[in-house]
Amino acid sequence: MPINYNVPEYAVVRDPDRCIACRVCERQCANEVHSYDPELNKMRSDETKCVNCHRCVALCPTHALKIVKNPDTFRINGLWDNETISDIYRQADTGGALLSSMGNPKKYPIYWDKILINASQVTNPSIDPLREPMETLTFLGKHPHTIERGENGEIKTDNLPPQLKLNVPIMFSAMSYGAISYNAHESLARAARELGTYYNTGEGGLHEDFYKYGPNTIVQVASGRFGVHKDYLNAGAAIEIKIGQGAKPGIGGHLTGAKIVGDISRTRMIPEGTEAISPAPHHDIYSIEDLRQLVYSLKEATDYKKPVIVKIAAVHNVAAIASGIARSGADIIAIDGFRGGTGAAPKRIRDNVGIPIELALAAVDERLRQEKIRNSVSIVAGGGIRNSADVLKAIALGADAVYIGTAALIALGCHLCRTCQTGRCNWGIATQRPDLVKRLNPDVGCGRLVNLVSAWQHEIMEMMGGMGINSIESLRGNRLMLRGVGLNEKELEILGIKHAGE
Amino acid sequence: MKYVIIGNSIAAAGCIEGIRSVDKAGDITVISDEPYHVYSRPLISYLICGKTDEERMKYRPGSFYKDNGVRALLGVKALKVDYKSKAVELDKGAPVSFDKLLFATGSRPFVPPMEGLESVKEKFTFMKLDDAKALMAAINKESRVLIIGAGLIGLKCAEGIYGRVKSITVVDMAGRILPSILDEDGSAMMEKHIESKGVRFILKDSVAKFEGSTAKLKSGKTVGFDIVVVAVGVRPNTQLAESIGCKAGRGITIDTHSATSLKDVYAAGDCCECYDISGGVTRVLAILPNAYMQGETAGINMAGGEKTFDKAIPMNAIGFFGLHIITAGSYDGAAYVKEGGGVYKKLVAKDNLLKGYILIGDVLRAGIYTSLIREKTPLDTIDFELIKEHPQLMAFKKDVRAEKLGGVK
Amino acid sequence: MKRVYVNEKWCLACHLCEYNCAFANSGQKDMAKALKNVKINPMVRLEDNGKISFAVSCRHCTDPICVKSCITGALTNDGGIIRVNKDKCVGCLTCILVCPYGAVVPAPDGSVIQKCELCTNNASGEPACVKGCPNGAIVFEER
Repeated sequence: MPINYNVPEYAVVRDPDRCIACRVCERQCANEVHSYDPELNKMRSDETKCVNCHRCVALCPTHALKIVKNPDTFRINGLWDNETISDIYRQADTGGALLSSMGNPKKYPIYWDKILINASQVTNPSIDPLREPMETLTFLGKHPHTIERGENGEIKTDNLPPQLKLNVPIMFSAMSYGAISYNAHESLARAARELGTYYNTGEGGLHEDFYKYGPNTIVQVASGRFGVHKDYLNAGAAIEIKIGQGAKPGIGGHLTGAKIVGDISRTRMIPEGTEAISPAPHHDIYSIEDLRQLVYSLKEATDYKKPVIVKIAAVHNVAAIASGIARSGADIIAIDGFRGGTGAAPKRIRDNVGIPIELALAAVDERLRQEKIRNSVSIVAGGGIRNSADVLKAIALGADAVYIGTAALIALGCHLCRTCQTGRCNWGIATQRPDLVKRLNPDVGCGRLVNLVSAWQHEIMEMMGGMGINSIESLRGNRLMLRGVGLNEKELEILGIKHAGE
Repeated sequence: MKYVIIGNSIAAAGCIEGIRSVDKAGDITVISDEPYHVYSRPLISYLICGKTDEERMKYRPGSFYKDNGVRALLGVKALKVDYKSKAVELDKGAPVSFDKLLFATGSRPFVPPMEGLESVKEKFTFMKLDDAKALMAAINKESRVLIIGAGLIGLKCAEGIYGRVKSITVVDMAGRILPSILDEDGSAMMEKHIESKGVRFILKDSVAKFEGSTAKLKSGKTVGFDIVVVAVGVRPNTQLAESIGCKAGRGITIDTHSATSLKDVYAAGDCCECYDISGGVTRVLAILPNAYMQGETAGINMAGGEKTFDKAIPMNAIGFFGLHIITAGSYDGAAYVKEGGGVYKKLVAKDNLLKGYILIGDVLRAGIYTSLIREKTPLDTIDFELIKEHPQLMAFKKDVRAEKLGGVK
Repeated sequence: MKRVYVNEKWCLACHLCEYNCAFANSGQKDMAKALKNVKINPMVRLEDNGKISFAVSCRHCTDPICVKSCITGALTNDGGIIRVNKDKCVGCLTCILVCPYGAVVPAPDGSVIQKCELCTNNASGEPACVKGCPNGAIVFEER
């Protein structure tokens, strides 16, 4: 018998006084941690299978369960911590690359938490959002370079390139059908419609049932071109070319053949059981001119009626890349920072590749302004946007809007256990098992997403009012509203903000 | 409008409530030869064993007659009905005139001629509250009770007096107990269960002669007794109805409107016979739910409304000494039987319909089987294999389930 | 009148409706104390064939056959809610014989019956099965 080097990460603590052996923990754990022993009339737990998703904790009617970090520990070591040692054991056992899910969890600096927001006092008084109109409406797309006037002198508005209209500068970022479930997609689509914003199909194509949400859908064209056909392109309000993703810049994606079944296979337009591999580069984009060609092919296919978004990962020379994209004819650039989530990615790439969105965003915004082409694109920032303050700071740093992915899934019930790649998501989000997908009722899910974004919108309005600003337009790129704290000269310079006190 | 009801039990109560659902104003008169507020006759055995009392036996609250504007003539016997002049003659007081008449006269116990019966001092039938009270007063811990009749009434009586008497012996001409509702295997199972409690059965036998305190049976056996209860059978009280010309078979014949063959005359309850949709014959269906529904139907139609009751089937829910039986319908057809572990189940199907069933022991959710019979649900529209396992709504198709559970049409 | 309606599309067969019903009708304040080592006997029961599941409870029919069939008059129609007076009930099970949904069940000791009364007869206030359902499969509304 081989030696078991891996200690369980978590321990299941059950209060025996409170447990009534109702078995809901057993019924609701897809990892089969809990079981009922009829002889002893007791519940038992196998903690080796626990991933700390809290499904059992949340459903236990008497709050009898706790999932705690297993107190079993290695000797404290600043260099060789528990996780580092366990990873080596796992690779020695299996010989495989380590996979993980969701965004980079490592302790890199969070710049959002080192940026502070201004408030008005005395001169330039604050605005009361309960009494004055507070505009969170924003548009994404190319802005014309000059104002044209008609015969009678009025400003012409019928010559504008296609725009996306957002009631609130927050959109749901790309999460593919296959990575997340049908019910999760339905929740996102309905919430986008109700909020007056957009959600993104991700690279899995658009399920036929969701064409009716088309006006609130951004359809993605990724390197695998899954599900891409003329109707698909015309179904959405905008088309997003996915060049890269913050969680795994430079590499492609892979959905195993085991998950390519039924609706997934049909929507992606690939045979059941085939491996769905999205290659690292688009094999028809090897230069910026190639990108321009694809952008215009998509515009031709959709009669120039839809804005084209190009999504890139935040990497070292992101500013130069963004400049090229702005000149390629794209209407919107979406930048995904290194904290962005994923359904599955190699752990080392997810944890070590890419740069923070705060720095990337500031660099891109500044570069495009310097080149006097800032108005030829809108910028959407994503990758670890956690709350309304992050949204506000992102807009002040230069974003026109933000993408939220992880935050949206958390609203739907995700507990960030980071085991999506197993396909046994107990919350019905990152799974295709019908018995698990059932657990996400879109009536409930849509309501929670609408609640979340509405709450953030409310908070944004409060903070804007506090700053004496009454529209997103006035906030965008308004770096004077931000101050840094605990940042060095270089960081302040890249972010383009002053230090608190200045 | 003058409504007159002869009888004061379940069918009468149903009729009153049926009338009042349509006509709040008309006069209602109830004539009952028993002096009691409307009560439920099946409860008399529970009275004896202490599970209920006279107050709780009242089928409707004490204010029932007042609340419904009913003139209740209790302890008054209807002697004669004059159909031409539309009046009922009573043994006390002036005749009562009617526009609409309901016979809810129930049934009476049948006492067959038995030699020496007249010499038996303590003899009882087991039908009405007074019968139960008299029996209660007569029995004591030393009583040896002989019950003639191993049917529903005889065995319920046995259960009522159990523990309060020294011994109970039940004699029946039939070869098995409860022949009206059970099949052979079911009877055998119940017989074994009741015998295990100490009740003695002597079947395929009858009393040849009573001599002092000994009953001499045809087989030659003798049974010593102190008290005799005759529970051999009942006869529907059709006399008054037949005397005015109502068509009657074993009971007063009624249609699905509870109407008799005479205009403005209706009948309901144990006194009448109606069409049994499970067996396809006209027969007396003396069971409380049918009595109520026939009465309610009569009342609504008497008051000018429109109602039919076309789902009458035999059905029974009865328990003896802790073992429950639920049965319904007729047993003519292809049978599926499952038994073992103290449980007996028989489902009878014919012409793609469930015709009847017998459940002993495990009777949970039997109503789902009953509704298959009453609604005449074609068996090829449900999962009959699932239904055979146990009653479940899962056996119905998805859209039917959605309607049943979601109120969605 | 509001009734409890079930949508089998969202039922997860978690049985929390049953446990919440049992607790609401236990008369106790603490769920663990009320249900520990107790075999529950709730008024709402789950049907589950491994793939499809749904909870069944009294439909509070507008034309209640159980009320018409009750031999004691213990079952009554109280403004639309069908109630049982357990003092009057003698446990004859005629209501079980006739209920087309199988929604009436014997009480734990078998001497009387019990059924859903929409939690109007206990401290829960609102139907406990609805409150306890984690996935919106049971709702309390007018249809």
